Amino acid sequence: MSGLIHRQGPQNVAHRLAPVRRAGARPQPAGAPRREPGPSRLAYRLNRMWLRPLYRRLFRLGLPAFLVCMVAGLYLADDTRRANLSGGLTAMVDRIQSRDAFMVKTMQIEGASAAVDKGLRAMLPVTLPASSFDIDLPALRTQIELLDAVEHVDLRIKPGGILSAVVTERQPAVLWRHARGIELMDRTGHRVASVTSRDLRSDLPVIAGEGAGERAAEALALIGAAGPILPRLRGLERMGERRWDLVLDRGQRIMLPADRPLPALEHALSLDRADGLLSRDVIAVDLRDPQRPVLRIGLTAQNRLRRAQGLPELGPDGREIEPEDDAPAAGAAATGKDTGKRGGRPARQG
Amino acid sequence: MRDLYETQRVMRQMRRQAMTRGVLAVLDIGTSKITCIVLQFDGPGQFRETDGVGPMAGQSSFRVIGQFTTQSRGVRYGEIETMAETERCVRHAIQGAQKQAGVRVDHVIATISGARPSSYGLAGEVPLKSGKVTDEDVGGALASCDAPDFGRNRTVLHAQPVNFAVDARSGLSDPRDIVGNRLAVDVHVLTIDSGAATNLFHCIRRCDLELAGVGSAAYAAGRAALVEDEQELGAACVDMGGGVTGVSLFLKKHMIFADAVRMGGDLVTRDISQGLRVPMATAEWLKTRHGGLEATGRDDREMIDVTNVPGAASAEDWDGERRSVSRADLIGIMRPRVEEILDGVREVLDAAGFDQMPSRQVVLTGGASQIPGLDTLAARILGQNVRVGRPLRIHGLAQQHTAPCHAATVGLALHAANPQDEWWDFEMPMERAGVVGLRRAYRWFRNNW
Repeated sequence: MSGLIHRQGPQNVAHRLAPVRRAGARPQPAGAPRREPGPSRLAYRLNRMWLRPLYRRLFRLGLPAFLVCMVAGLYLADDTRRANLSGGLTAMVDRIQSRDAFMVKTMQIEGASAAVDKGLRAMLPVTLPASSFDIDLPALRTQIELLDAVEHVDLRIKPGGILSAVVTERQPAVLWRHARGIELMDRTGHRVASVTSRDLRSDLPVIAGEGAGERAAEALALIGAAGPILPRLRGLERMGERRWDLVLDRGQRIMLPADRPLPALEHALSLDRADGLLSRDVIAVDLRDPQRPVLRIGLTAQNRLRRAQGLPELGPDGREIEPEDDAPAAGAAATGKDTGKRGGRPARQG
Repeated sequence: MRDLYETQRVMRQMRRQAMTRGVLAVLDIGTSKITCIVLQFDGPGQFRETDGVGPMAGQSSFRVIGQFTTQSRGVRYGEIETMAETERCVRHAIQGAQKQAGVRVDHVIATISGARPSSYGLAGEVPLKSGKVTDEDVGGALASCDAPDFGRNRTVLHAQPVNFAVDARSGLSDPRDIVGNRLAVDVHVLTIDSGAATNLFHCIRRCDLELAGVGSAAYAAGRAALVEDEQELGAACVDMGGGVTGVSLFLKKHMIFADAVRMGGDLVTRDISQGLRVPMATAEWLKTRHGGLEATGRDDREMIDVTNVPGAASAEDWDGERRSVSRADLIGIMRPRVEEILDGVREVLDAAGFDQMPSRQVVLTGGASQIPGLDTLAARILGQNVRVGRPLRIHGLAQQHTAPCHAATVGLALHAANPQDEWWDFEMPMERAGVVGLRRAYRWFRNNW
């Protein structure tokens, strides 16, 4: 149709020259056929596999992690490399730990006696100066507090390289005499030290007997309660590891019950206050049964009583002595009246 | 019918699995293009009451997360002819959609447009033993339909109960629990060539995908392009594709008829190529850019340069010669062919008894419906109530995919989200409970473990 337009040129078609082509209009050689746009089956399958969360995680996390592990493992498989690495690490740690800022140069101890001071210095596990990283303060503290003489210690590393130990020593409150020697105890019943002689600490009260040390606090309470008879008190004795005997001079004893000894002692003291019980010839006041106090009378008093009753007197061994001389009747009557009154009273107590 | 029942049930099971897993692909294998969209099912509840979004026929439960369209090769008349080429195109579409979605797709529902569909209306009737309609009665009524001989190598694609009647009351959509003595059912059965269906099945299989359902393209296009009133009152949807023009009739929201005319837009392109002696690519460009059906005086003067077509073969093929055609020539070639296609549609509609329908609305959709002036031409041939329909908007679909040519894709997505009852959704009464039960148990184990 559009070709008709060109026919209006020269009529003789045979004389027409071949059409001049522009260079760009030259027919191109047939190139490669257009590639199909769809993916190949392999590419499609790989793509779908990649869309699975499991594979995706495996490739994104698992593979790099595996590679890192493998490289590190291969590198560390060699002994010298490993040694170099660990040596370098320890050297670095050492270098940092032994810097001047971390060094402890002196030890400063406050509130300790000379012996404890010496002991503490000996207990320090390192020789000063040392790095503060080498001193384990909590362990050292528990170790120090194992010492009997030390009640409490505050350990601190102060600036300037000072290891400060503030020691609270135990204060001995009582002496405990037992079969193996004499020991100083504090008021909680904890051992403080051993002494060789009672005279070294004559200001402290004495307790004795097996198991007395553990009940030192109770003993101290009893001693504190024995106010008026304190000058006469020689000590406390633990009997059978269950109860106390208050030992006074002139061989007198106040035998206290195992439970609630303090009211019993106060009872005895009230008796003493009322009619001077302890200043008489009484060997023991037996308060073991609080319902029924019992007195053990001394030999002189017994003999005076027997004389008043007309009985033969007793010797120091407890046997009757043959009557050689007559006891005066008046004296016996006076003493009988006296003892009758005294002997009857405990029986009525209740 | 028994094995059909089982295959369809397996596919339905697979579709439900995919929907619970959340990802399902819709694949439209057409003659001229292949579209794949990937749906994500978030379940109900992504919209609140206050958003003003109702259930919208199941549309609110999914959204499109991936979409891809590619040119189709190896497909003629809506049937796969060259398996390898089609497979490659399907892979391309799937991969593109997957890439956009970012998820792997395992289950696909596909449309089939050609394969010589034919419609049957079946009727069944059962007495009601219990005095009211139960689920078993519905299954029994469906089973009592006497299926005609569909012919050799035919497969049932859709079998939808379209009408229930209890005693004298007809037009029931859900007859359950209705009191009566007899239950009658009308079933619409759509059969296609089993060879084409098997080819589609194999093509999907070769792409490492599972086919979770097949839908007729005409039916899907009707669901997408017809509005609810048209589906209710009766309308015909004409899906003018590249190779096949599908026709489906809807009444009371059910498809009651479907057929296909084996002519389409590609035939128009071939006519242009032959008539104007231009390559097919140029002819396609001419059709889509300058095509039309109503010639005016101005079209005689409007000359189109056919030697310098972008994207088509370059000017060297013409020995440096420049050629141009007038738009009137183009219209003169296109119009008779489109008239012929519409005449074919007219014949199909006449055969289906479209004249007796209460509302004779015709909706044109599909790629070829985008020719300017088609509605005027179609009104002369098909009746006055003609409009060009576009598919429904669904959530997440890109603008380029809202064109009429994607009506079948969108419709299949709607069908997947909100399927209509099919025969295989009801329990068939078991005649031979022992053997069949064992076989079903075995098959259940094989499918699910």
